[in-house]
Amino acid sequence: MTDALLEVQDLCTDYGPVRAVDGVTLAVREGNVTAVLGANGAGKTSLLRTISGLEHASSGHVRLAGRDILGVAVEDIVRRGLAQVPEGRGVIAQLTTEENLRLGGLWRGGDATPLSEIYELFGALEQRRTQPASSLSGGERQMLSIGRALMGRPRVLLLDEPSLGLAPIVTAQIMTLIRTLASERGLAVLLVEQNARSALSIADRGIVLNLGRTVADEPAATLAADEGLRHAYLGF
Amino acid sequence: MTRFIDLTLNGISTGAVYAAVALALVLIWRATRIVNFAQGGMLMVTTFIASAVIGSSGSYWLGFAVALAAGLVLGAVIELVLIRRVESGPPLNAVIVALGLLILLEAGAGMIWGNTPRSFPPAFSIRGYDVGGTRLLFSPNDTFTVLVVLGVAAGLAVLFRGTALGLRMRAAALAPEVARMLGVRVGRMFTLGWACAAFVGSLAGLLVAPSVFVGPNQFDPILIFGFTAAVLGGLDSPGGAVIGGIVLGLALSYVSGYEGASLVTLAALVVLIAVLMIRPGGLFSSGRERRV
Repeated sequence: MTDALLEVQDLCTDYGPVRAVDGVTLAVREGNVTAVLGANGAGKTSLLRTISGLEHASSGHVRLAGRDILGVAVEDIVRRGLAQVPEGRGVIAQLTTEENLRLGGLWRGGDATPLSEIYELFGALEQRRTQPASSLSGGERQMLSIGRALMGRPRVLLLDEPSLGLAPIVTAQIMTLIRTLASERGLAVLLVEQNARSALSIADRGIVLNLGRTVADEPAATLAADEGLRHAYLGF
Repeated sequence: MTRFIDLTLNGISTGAVYAAVALALVLIWRATRIVNFAQGGMLMVTTFIASAVIGSSGSYWLGFAVALAAGLVLGAVIELVLIRRVESGPPLNAVIVALGLLILLEAGAGMIWGNTPRSFPPAFSIRGYDVGGTRLLFSPNDTFTVLVVLGVAAGLAVLFRGTALGLRMRAAALAPEVARMLGVRVGRMFTLGWACAAFVGSLAGLLVAPSVFVGPNQFDPILIFGFTAAVLGGLDSPGGAVIGGIVLGLALSYVSGYEGASLVTLAALVVLIAVLMIRPGGLFSSGRERRV
Protein backbone atom coordinates (compact mmCIF):
# COMPACT_ATOMS: atom_id res chain seq x y z
CA MET A 1 0.00 0.00 0.00
CA THR A 2 2.93 2.34 0.51
CA ASP A 3 3.41 3.10 -3.21
CA ALA A 4 -0.20 4.21 -3.52
CA LEU A 5 -0.86 7.89 -4.15
CA LEU A 6 -4.18 7.76 -2.30
CA GLU A 7 -4.66 5.54 0.73
CA VAL A 8 -7.86 5.25 2.73
CA GLN A 9 -7.83 3.19 5.88
CA ASP A 10 -10.79 2.19 8.08
CA LEU A 11 -12.63 5.38 7.16
CA CYS A 12 -15.95 6.09 8.87
CA THR A 13 -18.36 8.97 8.25
CA ASP A 14 -21.50 9.61 10.28
CA TYR A 15 -24.48 11.86 9.63
CA GLY A 16 -25.89 12.08 13.13
CA PRO A 17 -26.91 8.54 14.11
CA VAL A 18 -26.52 7.24 10.53
CA ARG A 19 -23.18 5.72 9.53
CA ALA A 20 -22.75 6.48 5.82
CA VAL A 21 -19.20 5.16 5.43
CA ASP A 22 -18.30 2.22 7.62
CA GLY A 23 -14.64 1.21 7.83
CA VAL A 24 -13.73 1.53 4.15
CA THR A 25 -10.14 0.78 3.15
CA LEU A 26 -8.74 1.28 -0.34
CA ALA A 27 -5.64 2.37 -2.23
CA VAL A 28 -5.15 3.93 -5.67
CA ARG A 29 -1.78 3.81 -7.39
CA GLU A 30 -0.37 6.19 -9.98
CA GLY A 31 -1.81 5.41 -13.41
CA ASN A 32 -4.58 3.24 -11.98
CA VAL A 33 -8.36 3.57 -11.99
CA THR A 34 -10.25 2.23 -8.99
CA ALA A 35 -14.02 2.08 -9.37
CA VAL A 36 -16.28 2.42 -6.35
CA LEU A 37 -19.62 0.78 -7.13
CA GLY A 38 -22.90 0.26 -5.40
CA ALA A 39 -26.57 1.17 -5.37
CA ASN A 40 -28.10 4.48 -4.28
CA GLY A 41 -27.33 5.11 -0.63
CA ALA A 42 -24.37 2.74 -0.57
CA GLY A 43 -22.09 5.53 0.68
CA LYS A 44 -20.13 6.19 -2.52
CA THR A 45 -20.55 9.95 -2.64
CA SER A 46 -20.06 10.26 1.13
CA LEU A 47 -16.78 8.37 0.77
CA LEU A 48 -15.59 10.73 -1.95
CA ARG A 49 -16.66 13.84 -0.05
CA THR A 50 -14.89 12.62 3.07
CA ILE A 51 -11.68 11.97 1.15
CA SER A 52 -11.77 15.46 -0.39
CA GLY A 53 -12.45 17.07 2.99
CA LEU A 54 -16.01 18.20 2.31
CA GLU A 55 -17.37 15.89 5.03
CA HIS A 56 -15.94 15.33 8.47
CA ALA A 57 -14.61 11.81 9.08
CA SER A 58 -15.56 10.13 12.34
CA SER A 59 -12.46 7.94 12.31
CA GLY A 60 -9.83 6.41 10.06
CA HIS A 61 -7.04 7.77 7.87
CA VAL A 62 -6.73 9.33 4.43
CA ARG A 63 -3.21 9.76 3.04
CA LEU A 64 -2.29 11.63 -0.11
CA ALA A 65 1.22 10.81 -1.34
CA GLY A 66 1.99 9.50 2.13
CA ARG A 67 0.77 12.54 4.06
CA ASP A 68 -2.32 12.44 6.23
CA ILE A 69 -4.99 14.84 4.91
CA LEU A 70 -7.83 14.14 7.32
CA GLY A 71 -8.81 17.42 8.96
CA VAL A 72 -6.96 19.48 6.34
CA ALA A 73 -9.09 22.23 4.71
CA VAL A 74 -10.55 21.39 1.30
CA GLU A 75 -8.63 24.24 -0.34
CA ASP A 76 -5.35 22.91 1.04
CA ILE A 77 -6.07 19.33 -0.02
CA VAL A 78 -6.47 20.70 -3.56
CA ARG A 79 -3.06 22.32 -3.23
CA ARG A 80 -1.58 18.94 -2.29
CA GLY A 81 -2.66 17.50 -5.64
CA LEU A 82 -6.19 16.15 -5.27
CA ALA A 83 -8.97 17.29 -7.59
CA GLN A 84 -12.62 16.32 -7.48
CA VAL A 85 -15.23 16.34 -10.23
CA PRO A 86 -18.44 16.50 -8.23
CA GLU A 87 -21.74 14.74 -8.87
CA GLY A 88 -23.89 16.79 -11.24
CA ARG A 89 -20.62 18.13 -12.77
CA GLY A 90 -20.50 21.27 -10.65
CA VAL A 91 -19.87 23.68 -13.49
CA ILE A 92 -20.70 27.24 -12.51
CA ALA A 93 -23.50 27.99 -14.93
CA GLN A 94 -23.19 31.79 -14.80
CA LEU A 95 -19.48 31.79 -15.74
CA THR A 96 -18.26 31.23 -19.27
CA THR A 97 -16.62 27.98 -20.31
CA GLU A 98 -13.18 29.61 -20.23
CA GLU A 99 -13.79 31.27 -16.85
CA ASN A 100 -14.74 27.87 -15.41
CA LEU A 101 -11.54 26.39 -16.81
CA ARG A 102 -9.31 29.24 -15.57
CA LEU A 103 -10.81 28.91 -12.12
CA GLY A 104 -9.43 25.38 -11.85
CA GLY A 105 -5.86 26.57 -12.27
CA LEU A 106 -5.88 29.91 -10.43
CA TRP A 107 -4.28 28.52 -7.29
CA ARG A 108 -1.35 27.27 -9.38
CA GLY A 109 -0.64 30.70 -10.86
CA GLY A 110 1.71 30.39 -13.84
CA ASP A 111 2.08 26.62 -13.37
CA ALA A 112 -1.50 25.84 -14.35
CA THR A 113 -2.13 23.61 -17.33
CA PRO A 114 -2.28 25.83 -20.45
CA LEU A 115 -5.81 26.30 -21.78
CA SER A 116 -4.59 25.14 -25.19
CA GLU A 117 -3.82 21.72 -23.71
CA ILE A 118 -7.35 21.38 -22.37
CA TYR A 119 -8.82 22.52 -25.67
CA GLU A 120 -6.68 19.92 -27.43
CA LEU A 121 -8.23 17.29 -25.18
CA PHE A 122 -11.79 18.65 -25.49
CA GLY A 123 -12.16 20.33 -28.88
CA ALA A 124 -15.86 21.09 -28.30
CA LEU A 125 -15.01 23.38 -25.39
CA GLU A 126 -12.82 25.68 -27.47
CA GLN A 127 -15.74 26.45 -29.77
CA ARG A 128 -17.81 27.40 -26.74
CA ARG A 129 -15.16 29.14 -24.70
CA THR A 130 -16.96 32.51 -24.50
CA GLN A 131 -20.41 31.02 -23.93
CA PRO A 132 -21.91 30.73 -20.45
CA ALA A 133 -21.63 27.20 -19.07
CA SER A 134 -25.42 27.22 -18.70
CA SER A 135 -25.69 26.83 -22.48
CA LEU A 136 -23.58 23.64 -22.64
CA SER A 137 -25.01 20.17 -23.14
CA GLY A 138 -24.64 17.50 -20.45
CA GLY A 139 -21.66 15.90 -22.16
CA GLU A 140 -19.95 19.25 -22.69
CA ARG A 141 -20.47 20.12 -19.02
CA GLN A 142 -18.86 16.84 -18.02
CA MET A 143 -15.89 17.60 -20.29
CA LEU A 144 -15.70 21.09 -18.79
CA SER A 145 -15.78 19.73 -15.27
CA ILE A 146 -12.98 17.24 -15.98
CA GLY A 147 -10.97 19.83 -17.93
CA ARG A 148 -11.32 22.30 -15.07
CA ALA A 149 -10.03 19.70 -12.61
CA LEU A 150 -7.03 19.06 -14.86
CA MET A 151 -6.11 22.76 -14.94
CA GLY A 152 -4.54 22.43 -11.47
CA ARG A 153 -2.30 19.52 -12.58
CA PRO A 154 -3.64 17.10 -9.96
CA ARG A 155 -2.01 13.76 -9.10
CA VAL A 156 -5.22 12.22 -7.82
CA LEU A 157 -8.61 12.69 -9.51
CA LEU A 158 -11.90 11.86 -7.81
CA LEU A 159 -14.89 11.52 -10.14
CA ASP A 160 -18.45 11.28 -8.85
CA GLU A 161 -20.89 9.67 -11.27
CA PRO A 162 -19.45 11.16 -14.48
CA SER A 163 -21.93 9.17 -16.60
CA LEU A 164 -25.01 10.46 -14.78
CA GLY A 165 -27.65 11.59 -17.29
CA LEU A 166 -25.43 11.09 -20.34
CA ALA A 167 -26.25 9.19 -23.52
CA PRO A 168 -24.45 5.81 -23.81
CA ILE A 169 -22.17 7.05 -26.59
CA VAL A 170 -21.10 10.09 -24.56
CA THR A 171 -20.60 7.89 -21.49
CA ALA A 172 -18.30 5.65 -23.54
CA GLN A 173 -16.27 8.70 -24.67
CA ILE A 174 -15.94 9.97 -21.12
CA MET A 175 -14.87 6.55 -19.80
CA THR A 176 -12.26 6.19 -22.55
CA LEU A 177 -10.94 9.62 -21.67
CA ILE A 178 -10.67 8.73 -17.97
CA ARG A 179 -8.70 5.61 -18.84
CA THR A 180 -6.39 7.65 -21.08
CA LEU A 181 -5.80 10.25 -18.38
CA ALA A 182 -4.74 7.54 -15.96
CA SER A 183 -2.58 5.60 -18.38
CA GLU A 184 -0.88 8.47 -20.20
CA ARG A 185 -0.69 11.15 -17.51
CA GLY A 186 -0.14 8.84 -14.55
CA LEU A 187 -3.19 10.11 -12.69
CA ALA A 188 -4.54 8.03 -9.83
CA VAL A 189 -8.30 7.95 -10.45
CA LEU A 190 -10.99 7.07 -7.95
CA LEU A 191 -14.19 6.68 -9.94
CA VAL A 192 -17.57 6.50 -8.24
CA GLU A 193 -20.22 5.07 -10.55
CA GLN A 194 -23.64 3.48 -10.57
CA ASN A 195 -23.05 2.40 -14.14
CA ALA A 196 -20.96 -0.58 -13.03
CA ARG A 197 -20.52 -2.12 -16.47
CA SER A 198 -18.96 1.05 -17.92
CA ALA A 199 -16.81 1.68 -14.87
CA LEU A 200 -15.44 -1.87 -14.70
CA SER A 201 -14.62 -1.75 -18.41
CA ILE A 202 -11.90 0.85 -17.75
CA ALA A 203 -10.99 0.20 -14.09
CA ASP A 204 -8.03 -1.75 -12.77
CA ARG A 205 -9.77 -2.51 -9.51
CA GLY A 206 -13.34 -2.38 -8.25
CA ILE A 207 -14.77 -1.89 -4.80
CA VAL A 208 -18.42 -2.60 -4.06
CA LEU A 209 -20.11 -0.79 -1.22
CA ASN A 210 -23.36 -1.68 0.45
CA LEU A 211 -24.76 0.43 3.31
CA GLY A 212 -21.37 2.05 3.72
CA ARG A 213 -19.39 -1.20 4.01
CA THR A 214 -17.05 -2.84 1.55
CA VAL A 215 -18.58 -6.09 0.34
CA ALA A 216 -16.03 -6.77 -2.40
CA ASP A 217 -12.57 -5.45 -3.31
CA GLU A 218 -11.20 -7.25 -6.35
CA PRO A 219 -9.51 -6.66 -9.70
CA ALA A 220 -12.08 -5.20 -12.09
CA ALA A 221 -12.06 -8.26 -14.35
CA THR A 222 -12.78 -10.58 -11.40
CA LEU A 223 -15.70 -8.42 -10.28
CA ALA A 224 -17.13 -8.26 -13.79
CA ALA A 225 -16.99 -12.04 -14.00
CA ASP A 226 -18.64 -12.68 -10.62
CA GLU A 227 -22.23 -13.27 -11.63
CA GLY A 228 -23.58 -13.55 -8.08
CA LEU A 229 -22.05 -10.26 -7.01
CA ARG A 230 -23.16 -8.53 -10.20
CA HIS A 231 -26.76 -9.60 -9.69
CA ALA A 232 -26.78 -8.83 -5.98
CA TYR A 233 -25.16 -5.40 -5.99
CA LEU A 234 -24.35 -4.09 -9.46
CA GLY A 235 -27.56 -4.63 -11.40
CA PHE A 236 -26.21 -6.22 -14.58
CA MET B 1 -38.77 72.89 -19.99
CA THR B 2 -36.16 74.33 -17.61
CA ARG B 3 -37.99 72.65 -14.75
CA PHE B 4 -37.91 69.31 -16.55
CA ILE B 5 -34.16 69.68 -17.16
CA ASP B 6 -33.61 70.62 -13.53
CA LEU B 7 -35.60 67.65 -12.29
CA THR B 8 -33.77 65.34 -14.69
CA LEU B 9 -30.34 66.54 -13.56
CA ASN B 10 -31.37 66.36 -9.93
CA GLY B 11 -32.71 62.85 -10.50
CA ILE B 12 -29.42 61.72 -12.00
CA SER B 13 -27.48 63.11 -9.05
CA THR B 14 -29.67 61.58 -6.33
CA GLY B 15 -30.01 58.42 -8.42
CA ALA B 16 -26.23 58.05 -8.38
CA VAL B 17 -26.35 57.92 -4.58
CA TYR B 18 -29.15 55.33 -4.66
CA ALA B 19 -27.04 53.42 -7.16
CA ALA B 20 -24.10 53.39 -4.74
CA VAL B 21 -26.27 52.04 -1.91
CA ALA B 22 -27.81 49.52 -4.30
CA LEU B 23 -24.32 48.44 -5.39
CA ALA B 24 -23.35 47.86 -1.76
CA LEU B 25 -26.46 45.72 -1.24
CA VAL B 26 -25.89 43.80 -4.48
CA LEU B 27 -22.24 43.08 -3.63
CA ILE B 28 -23.25 41.50 -0.34
CA TRP B 29 -26.18 39.66 -1.87
CA ARG B 30 -23.91 38.21 -4.53
CA ALA B 31 -21.24 37.27 -2.01
CA THR B 32 -23.35 35.75 0.74
CA ARG B 33 -27.02 35.73 -0.34
CA ILE B 34 -27.88 38.11 2.49
CA VAL B 35 -29.85 41.35 2.18
CA ASN B 36 -27.80 43.63 4.39
CA PHE B 37 -30.40 45.73 6.18
CA ALA B 38 -27.57 47.08 8.36
CA GLN B 39 -26.08 48.90 5.36
CA GLY B 40 -27.75 52.18 6.36
CA GLY B 41 -26.27 51.91 9.84
CA MET B 42 -22.83 51.01 8.54
CA LEU B 43 -22.63 53.99 6.19
CA MET B 44 -24.00 56.21 8.96
CA VAL B 45 -21.13 55.19 11.27
CA THR B 46 -18.45 55.82 8.64
CA THR B 47 -20.01 59.19 7.77
CA PHE B 48 -19.91 60.13 11.46
CA ILE B 49 -16.23 59.11 11.48
CA ALA B 50 -15.63 61.34 8.44
CA SER B 51 -17.44 64.19 10.17
CA ALA B 52 -15.28 63.77 13.26
CA VAL B 53 -12.03 63.67 11.25
CA ILE B 54 -13.02 66.70 9.17
CA GLY B 55 -13.97 68.55 12.36
CA SER B 56 -10.66 67.83 14.06
CA SER B 57 -8.29 68.09 11.08
CA GLY B 58 -10.10 70.63 8.92
CA SER B 59 -9.40 68.47 5.86
CA TYR B 60 -12.40 67.18 3.90
CA TRP B 61 -10.29 64.77 1.89
CA LEU B 62 -8.65 63.26 4.97
CA GLY B 63 -12.11 62.62 6.41
CA PHE B 64 -13.20 61.18 3.06
CA ALA B 65 -10.26 58.76 2.93
CA VAL B 66 -10.56 57.72 6.58
CA ALA B 67 -14.29 57.02 6.14
CA LEU B 68 -13.65 54.79 3.13
CA ALA B 69 -10.88 52.93 4.96
CA ALA B 70 -13.15 52.60 8.00
CA GLY B 71 -15.83 51.17 5.71
CA LEU B 72 -13.45 48.49 4.44
CA VAL B 73 -12.47 47.51 7.98
CA LEU B 74 -16.03 47.66 9.34
CA GLY B 75 -17.35 45.44 6.54
CA ALA B 76 -14.61 42.88 7.04
CA VAL B 77 -15.02 42.83 10.83
CA ILE B 78 -18.81 42.46 10.64
CA GLU B 79 -18.46 39.54 8.24
CA LEU B 80 -15.81 37.82 10.34
CA VAL B 81 -17.42 38.39 13.74
CA LEU B 82 -21.16 38.23 13.04
CA ILE B 83 -22.13 37.11 9.57
CA ARG B 84 -19.72 34.14 9.34
CA ARG B 85 -21.77 32.49 12.11
CA VAL B 86 -25.09 32.75 10.28
CA GLU B 87 -24.02 32.52 6.63
CA SER B 88 -24.75 28.81 6.37
CA GLY B 89 -27.93 28.89 8.46
CA PRO B 90 -31.51 29.65 7.44
CA PRO B 91 -31.82 33.00 5.55
CA LEU B 92 -34.02 34.46 8.29
CA ASN B 93 -31.14 34.22 10.80
CA ALA B 94 -29.00 36.57 8.72
CA VAL B 95 -31.91 39.01 8.25
CA ILE B 96 -32.48 39.14 12.02
CA VAL B 97 -28.75 39.64 12.66
CA ALA B 98 -28.62 42.46 10.08
CA LEU B 99 -31.65 44.19 11.59
CA GLY B 100 -30.20 43.77 15.09
CA LEU B 101 -26.92 45.23 13.89
CA LEU B 102 -28.75 48.23 12.38
CA ILE B 103 -30.45 48.93 15.72
CA LEU B 104 -27.15 48.46 17.58
CA LEU B 105 -25.24 50.81 15.27
CA GLU B 106 -27.93 53.50 15.39
CA ALA B 107 -28.23 53.30 19.16
CA GLY B 108 -24.44 53.29 19.57
CA ALA B 109 -24.03 56.30 17.27
CA GLY B 110 -26.68 58.19 19.24
CA MET B 111 -24.82 57.48 22.48
CA ILE B 112 -21.45 58.54 21.06
CA TRP B 113 -22.31 61.43 18.75
CA GLY B 114 -25.80 62.43 19.93
CA ASN B 115 -29.15 62.28 18.16
CA THR B 116 -29.19 65.82 16.77
CA PRO B 117 -28.44 65.82 13.03
CA ARG B 118 -25.31 67.76 12.14
CA SER B 119 -24.29 69.35 8.87
CA PHE B 120 -21.72 67.77 6.59
CA PRO B 121 -19.62 69.67 4.05
CA PRO B 122 -19.82 68.88 0.33
CA ALA B 123 -16.68 67.96 -1.61
CA PHE B 124 -17.25 70.78 -4.11
CA SER B 125 -19.52 73.78 -4.55
CA ILE B 126 -23.25 73.07 -4.38
CA ARG B 127 -24.04 76.25 -6.33
CA GLY B 128 -25.66 75.19 -9.60
CA TYR B 129 -23.96 75.76 -12.97
CA ASP B 130 -24.85 78.99 -14.71
CA VAL B 131 -25.86 78.21 -18.31
CA GLY B 132 -26.83 81.22 -20.44
CA GLY B 133 -27.95 83.19 -17.43
CA THR B 134 -30.02 80.30 -16.05
CA ARG B 135 -28.87 78.61 -12.88
CA LEU B 136 -29.30 74.86 -13.13
CA LEU B 137 -30.14 72.58 -10.21
CA PHE B 138 -26.93 70.72 -10.90
CA SER B 139 -23.68 71.71 -9.23
CA PRO B 140 -20.00 70.75 -9.39
CA ASN B 141 -20.69 68.57 -6.32
CA ASP B 142 -23.42 66.74 -8.26
CA THR B 143 -20.96 66.20 -11.12
CA PHE B 144 -18.50 64.77 -8.59
CA THR B 145 -21.20 62.46 -7.18
CA VAL B 146 -22.18 61.07 -10.58
CA LEU B 147 -18.59 60.64 -11.76
CA VAL B 148 -17.46 58.94 -8.55
CA VAL B 149 -20.33 56.46 -8.60
CA LEU B 150 -19.80 55.69 -12.30
CA GLY B 151 -16.06 55.34 -11.62
CA VAL B 152 -16.65 52.92 -8.76
CA ALA B 153 -19.11 50.91 -10.86
CA ALA B 154 -16.55 50.73 -13.68
CA GLY B 155 -13.84 49.73 -11.20
CA LEU B 156 -16.01 46.95 -9.82
CA ALA B 157 -16.79 45.76 -13.35
CA VAL B 158 -13.06 45.55 -14.09
CA LEU B 159 -12.45 43.77 -10.76
CA PHE B 160 -15.13 41.15 -11.36
CA ARG B 161 -14.72 40.64 -15.10
CA GLY B 162 -11.04 41.27 -15.66
CA THR B 163 -9.06 39.97 -12.68
CA ALA B 164 -8.32 36.61 -11.11
CA LEU B 165 -9.43 37.95 -7.74
CA GLY B 166 -12.78 38.96 -9.21
CA LEU B 167 -13.20 35.52 -10.76
CA ARG B 168 -12.51 33.93 -7.37
CA MET B 169 -15.04 36.25 -5.72
CA ARG B 170 -17.71 35.45 -8.28
CA ALA B 171 -17.08 31.72 -8.00
CA ALA B 172 -17.20 31.87 -4.20
CA ALA B 173 -20.50 33.73 -4.36
CA LEU B 174 -22.11 31.59 -7.05
CA ALA B 175 -21.01 28.12 -5.91
CA PRO B 176 -19.08 28.15 -2.62
CA GLU B 177 -18.56 24.40 -2.38
CA VAL B 178 -17.38 24.04 -5.97
CA ALA B 179 -15.10 27.03 -5.49
CA ARG B 180 -13.51 25.38 -2.44
CA MET B 181 -12.95 22.22 -4.49
CA LEU B 182 -11.03 24.40 -6.95
CA GLY B 183 -8.75 25.83 -4.29
CA VAL B 184 -10.58 29.14 -3.73
CA ARG B 185 -10.41 30.34 -0.13
CA VAL B 186 -14.12 31.08 0.06
CA GLY B 187 -14.14 32.59 3.56
CA ARG B 188 -11.61 35.22 2.49
CA MET B 189 -13.66 36.03 -0.58
CA PHE B 190 -16.76 36.56 1.59
CA THR B 191 -14.82 38.87 3.88
CA LEU B 192 -13.50 40.78 0.90
CA GLY B 193 -17.01 41.02 -0.57
CA TRP B 194 -18.34 42.56 2.63
CA ALA B 195 -15.36 44.92 2.81
CA CYS B 196 -15.91 46.08 -0.79
CA ALA B 197 -19.64 46.54 -0.15
CA ALA B 198 -19.04 48.56 2.99
CA PHE B 199 -16.50 50.68 1.07
CA VAL B 200 -19.11 51.50 -1.58
CA GLY B 201 -21.72 52.09 1.13
CA SER B 202 -19.38 54.50 2.92
CA LEU B 203 -18.94 56.37 -0.33
CA ALA B 204 -22.73 56.66 -0.67
CA GLY B 205 -22.93 58.05 2.85
CA LEU B 206 -20.27 60.68 2.13
CA LEU B 207 -22.00 61.72 -1.09
CA VAL B 208 -25.49 62.03 0.34
CA ALA B 209 -24.58 63.46 3.77
CA PRO B 210 -24.46 67.14 2.66
CA SER B 211 -28.14 66.98 1.66
CA VAL B 212 -29.58 64.79 4.45
CA PHE B 213 -27.21 65.79 7.31
CA VAL B 214 -25.54 63.27 9.62
CA GLY B 215 -27.56 61.64 12.39
CA PRO B 216 -28.25 58.11 13.66
CA ASN B 217 -31.48 57.76 11.65
CA GLN B 218 -30.83 60.19 8.80
CA PHE B 219 -29.83 57.48 6.34
CA ASP B 220 -32.81 55.15 6.80
CA PRO B 221 -34.71 56.53 3.76
CA ILE B 222 -31.53 56.20 1.66
CA LEU B 223 -31.42 52.49 2.53
CA ILE B 224 -35.06 52.11 1.41
CA PHE B 225 -34.37 53.90 -1.89
CA GLY B 226 -31.14 51.94 -2.38
CA PHE B 227 -32.95 48.66 -1.70
CA THR B 228 -35.67 49.62 -4.18
CA ALA B 229 -33.01 50.43 -6.79
CA ALA B 230 -31.30 47.08 -6.17
CA VAL B 231 -34.57 45.17 -6.58
CA LEU B 232 -35.42 47.24 -9.65
CA GLY B 233 -32.11 46.42 -11.32
CA GLY B 234 -31.93 42.85 -10.02
CA LEU B 235 -30.19 41.87 -6.80
CA ASP B 236 -27.68 39.80 -8.76
CA SER B 237 -26.66 42.55 -11.18
CA PRO B 238 -24.14 45.31 -10.29
CA GLY B 239 -24.86 46.98 -13.64
CA GLY B 240 -28.57 46.69 -12.92
CA ALA B 241 -28.02 48.35 -9.53
CA VAL B 242 -26.47 51.40 -11.19
CA ILE B 243 -29.17 51.68 -13.82
CA GLY B 244 -31.87 50.92 -11.24
CA GLY B 245 -30.50 53.70 -9.03
CA ILE B 246 -30.49 56.27 -11.81
CA VAL B 247 -33.98 55.27 -13.05
CA LEU B 248 -35.35 55.42 -9.50
CA GLY B 249 -33.65 58.78 -8.91
CA LEU B 250 -35.23 60.20 -12.05
CA ALA B 251 -38.68 58.79 -11.24
CA LEU B 252 -38.62 60.11 -7.68
CA SER B 253 -37.31 63.49 -8.85
CA TYR B 254 -40.24 63.86 -11.28
CA VAL B 255 -42.72 62.75 -8.59
CA SER B 256 -41.21 65.23 -6.14
CA GLY B 257 -41.15 68.06 -8.69
CA TYR B 258 -44.57 67.58 -10.25
CA GLU B 259 -46.63 65.95 -7.47
CA GLY B 260 -44.94 66.98 -4.23
CA ALA B 261 -42.04 65.80 -2.08
CA SER B 262 -44.38 64.11 0.40
CA LEU B 263 -45.18 61.43 -2.19
CA VAL B 264 -41.57 60.40 -2.81
CA THR B 265 -41.39 57.57 -0.28
CA LEU B 266 -44.81 56.29 -1.33
CA ALA B 267 -43.71 56.35 -4.97
CA ALA B 268 -40.58 54.34 -4.11
CA LEU B 269 -42.70 51.71 -2.38
CA VAL B 270 -45.07 51.58 -5.38
CA VAL B 271 -42.05 50.97 -7.66
CA LEU B 272 -40.79 48.26 -5.28
CA ILE B 273 -44.14 46.45 -5.17
CA ALA B 274 -44.64 46.79 -8.93
CA VAL B 275 -41.23 45.25 -9.68
CA LEU B 276 -41.77 42.41 -7.22
CA MET B 277 -45.16 41.64 -8.79
CA ILE B 278 -44.25 42.01 -12.47
CA ARG B 279 -40.60 40.98 -12.65
CA PRO B 280 -39.40 39.68 -9.27
CA GLY B 281 -35.87 39.04 -10.53
CA GLY B 282 -35.46 42.70 -11.49
CA LEU B 283 -34.99 44.29 -14.89
CA PHE B 284 -31.51 42.83 -15.41
CA SER B 285 -31.83 39.38 -13.87
CA SER B 286 -29.83 36.62 -15.56
CA GLY B 287 -31.36 34.39 -18.23
CA ARG B 288 -32.60 30.86 -17.93
CA GLU B 289 -30.30 27.87 -17.82
CA ARG B 290 -30.34 25.14 -20.45
CA ARG B 291 -31.98 21.96 -19.16
CA VAL B 292 -29.70 18.91 -19.43
